[in-house]
Amino acid sequence: MKCQSCSNPATVHITTIEKGGQKKIVHLCQACAEQQQLVKQQELNLPAILQTLIGQHVGQLSDELARLTCPQCGIKFMEFRQQGRLGCPHDYTVFRAGIEPLLERIHRSVRHVGKSPRRGAEAQAEQVELLELRRQLRQAVEAEAYEEAARIRDLLRQKEAPG
Amino acid sequence: MNLDTLTQTSGEWLRGTGPESDIVISSRIRLARNVAAFPFTNRASAYQKAEIESLLRDRVARLELDPRLEYINVPNLSPLDRQFLVERQLISRELAAADGPRGVALGPRETVSLMINEEDHLRLQVMRSGFALDEAWQDIDRVDDLLEARLSYAFSEEFGYLTACPTNVGTGMRASVMLHLPALVWAKQIEKVFRALQKINLAVRGLYGEGSRASGDFYQISNQVTLGKSETQILNEIREVIPQIITYERQARNAMLKESRQAIQDRVSRAYGTLCSATMMTSEETMDLLSSVRLGVNMGLLDDVTIGTVNELFIHTQPAHLQKLMGSLLDGEERNAARARYLRTRLREAGAHPN
Repeated sequence: MKCQSCSNPATVHITTIEKGGQKKIVHLCQACAEQQQLVKQQELNLPAILQTLIGQHVGQLSDELARLTCPQCGIKFMEFRQQGRLGCPHDYTVFRAGIEPLLERIHRSVRHVGKSPRRGAEAQAEQVELLELRRQLRQAVEAEAYEEAARIRDLLRQKEAPG
Repeated sequence: MNLDTLTQTSGEWLRGTGPESDIVISSRIRLARNVAAFPFTNRASAYQKAEIESLLRDRVARLELDPRLEYINVPNLSPLDRQFLVERQLISRELAAADGPRGVALGPRETVSLMINEEDHLRLQVMRSGFALDEAWQDIDRVDDLLEARLSYAFSEEFGYLTACPTNVGTGMRASVMLHLPALVWAKQIEKVFRALQKINLAVRGLYGEGSRASGDFYQISNQVTLGKSETQILNEIREVIPQIITYERQARNAMLKESRQAIQDRVSRAYGTLCSATMMTSEETMDLLSSVRLGVNMGLLDDVTIGTVNELFIHTQPAHLQKLMGSLLDGEERNAARARYLRTRLREAGAHPN
């Protein structure tokens, strides 16, 4: 359906009951409706915009991606789609196929240019290893396996924190 | 830090100094950073959040900054104090409302604020009065380097600084400039400016991040893109566009003086008169009237108050500030009465001793 003021697709449909019980229906696009102050101007809501974007992209993606789960933080791609927030840094690798088109859409780029950590970031593999250790630590604590937890903790301390 | 001492001042961003400060209120840069090898805040367990908080708190405490930052434990703050810090733009609404271990480290001049366990583990923020993006960048870049010397950030060569939300990934930088644009609003030109900015991927928000209707005619212009452009490129794009907006605002002010001097003089005088004599005043109305008064002072149509006082009133009449100044919790009606009383007193003092 087209907007009655311009030819854009109508997304706002307002039904009013006039005196005498006659129905009057107006079809407008968002912009024209805002102009006529029939609807509140849409607030700039980044999470909502992001969710729409994610939705548009994932709509065409395979079931495979929809079912992907990050082995480190346990988040599913579908959860990211619903919440708009990733679970851990490793998700950028695990969900690459779903995230790259999204980055292209938001930033018109998929490559970082700009500042890098001075010392050079720890190699990606190392960051993932640390995440894995942390996951094991969490599991050990939850299972009340405190000796195991202490062992992992020492290992983590060794590997971590330059300062 | 005793937050009550902060109530006496207006904070860095409303100091009303710095380049182009009749139109540019403040410049602000924030960087989003996460510690490598931890889940992002929303996915971290309570235990992990506590670990992140104590790790970052320790690194922040060891920062060689002069003067030193002071750490505030947000869960220990009363709701009023949290709101107070939000009004001063020292913490985000998200940090105020979140739960679990979290905090903020503040510099005594309120130019630096480091939030821990916000949406990202670390949100660095530097604010400057006036149009001063370069100075803000130099400051924040340095703090970031100092922290990074003792921390491993989540970073990939490909995607840059990794953030919980893909809208921040890459540089993790959001640079914004807050402008006071009453003449463009009055001349109904503001929408045109917005559309032009949106075309070049810059976002426009109100004073406290709200959508298109900005209270007090304050607008924040910021970058949307964080990936694929360097920090310098992003800052340049904003830096180039701000002088144009300043020129439009000045043109609109000059046109107002030429074409409708009496109307604008009347608006300014009425606004001032209302602020000096009303007995009930909402926050929203106060912002609108102060905006007209600020414009009047800057255009030389009113000399009963200084810009410094007007700027201070903008922040002092916010709900949490007002309640702290009055020393008691007040409901909506009581606040409106207290606000009107406060405005009358302050403006009478200022009127009795102009400048």
